[in-house]
Amino acid sequence: MGGFLDHMRTGLWRENPGLVQLLGLCPLLAVTSTFVNGLGLGIATLVVLTFSNVLVSATRRWIRQEIRIPIYVLIIASLVTCMELVFKAWFPALDRSLGIFIPLIVTNCAIVARAEIFASRNPVAASFFDGIGMGAGFALLLMAVGFIRELIGKGTIFADLDMLLGGEPVPGLVLVDGGWLLAILPPGAFFSLALAVALKNHFDRKRDAARRATMPGSARRTGGTT
Amino acid sequence: MSGGVIKGGVTLAAIAAICTLLVAATYQLTAERIAANEQAWLERSLEPALSGLFFEGSITESKLEIPPPHDLPGNDTAIIYRVFAEGAPVAALFVVTARDGYAGPIRILVGVGSDGAVTGVRIVEHRETPGLGDRIDQARSDWVYQFDGRSLGNPVGARWLLQVDGGDFDQLTGASVTPRAVIKAIRDTLIYFDAHRDEIFTLPASGEQS
Repeated sequence: MGGFLDHMRTGLWRENPGLVQLLGLCPLLAVTSTFVNGLGLGIATLVVLTFSNVLVSATRRWIRQEIRIPIYVLIIASLVTCMELVFKAWFPALDRSLGIFIPLIVTNCAIVARAEIFASRNPVAASFFDGIGMGAGFALLLMAVGFIRELIGKGTIFADLDMLLGGEPVPGLVLVDGGWLLAILPPGAFFSLALAVALKNHFDRKRDAARRATMPGSARRTGGTT
Repeated sequence: MSGGVIKGGVTLAAIAAICTLLVAATYQLTAERIAANEQAWLERSLEPALSGLFFEGSITESKLEIPPPHDLPGNDTAIIYRVFAEGAPVAALFVVTARDGYAGPIRILVGVGSDGAVTGVRIVEHRETPGLGDRIDQARSDWVYQFDGRSLGNPVGARWLLQVDGGDFDQLTGASVTPRAVIKAIRDTLIYFDAHRDEIFTLPASGEQS
């Protein structure tokens, strides 16, 4: 299980698809106006990414180099279509709120990138873990950005969770009535993402500095993030 | 080399077939739920135009499609949902299109009570300018609520206009084309209702639901 933990660490932090590889920015910037949107799209992406990694890895021996891209597209597009139908059937409110961005998961380059970089060269189990790690990393970032934007832009925390969980409407924790609209608008997405990337780099640098101080021999080593 | 091409093609075809099966199976599993959800959503979006009037049965079951040409606003198929209670007509909900908005067609839901008075107006779809014309949208301002309870005699036909045009209805600062279009659509709907009241409530539902 050590492999699993390592994959999680890579996906969540070291090579986080959104924070480090800056992949999948289109959905990231577009849907994260609230926490629940980020959570919904995050889960959908996580599931699609995990399944596509497993399928690509399982079929990697039969797939010739020349036709691999159309096959990845086929696999990912089918998975996304299934996902969209599942959302429409069980989370109709969230489907309406995410709109076009569920079908657009097809174009999330984080998914095709993992298929090409990782799943096509690694065994099924490792690809499965990689999918979960990368998917969770992307989902957590979506949730974090959504949380910040909702808090600043609308003054609420966890509003409309019923779209995902069902049941009674959830007004969420209303801190102030109305907020700073800019955070909900597109520029707010860029600001929030920039803030998240800056914070991550800041922590990495601090950690590297601490490591260098304790291990003078490895002073030239840079944190694997740049 | 040609062997490789054929092999590649066969692999591609096989994977495409498997993927198609996967999608088809998911569709089969979810189709019923999706249809039910869509129905429920439609019912829920129609109800507000009834302003809490008591009714029985499903709104969507009594759907009536009026193909063009007709005297309702718009030149596309107009939809009328009839609402009944104890066998007597309660209201008719019209989904009509105003073609003379500022930016593209405006889909409007107009509820008309059996007495000819508006039970509620909701903007279903529009592309009006954000901050100006889009205030006809109930999500942006409460402008559409001023029509509740109005009818062809209240105010009289000639005063179914914006106040700037010598009528009775509030305008929206910076937008005049959009609210004019909406008012005209509502008035035309009321005129249609007045002329066709009996048919509206007696025609059989357009049988598209199975």
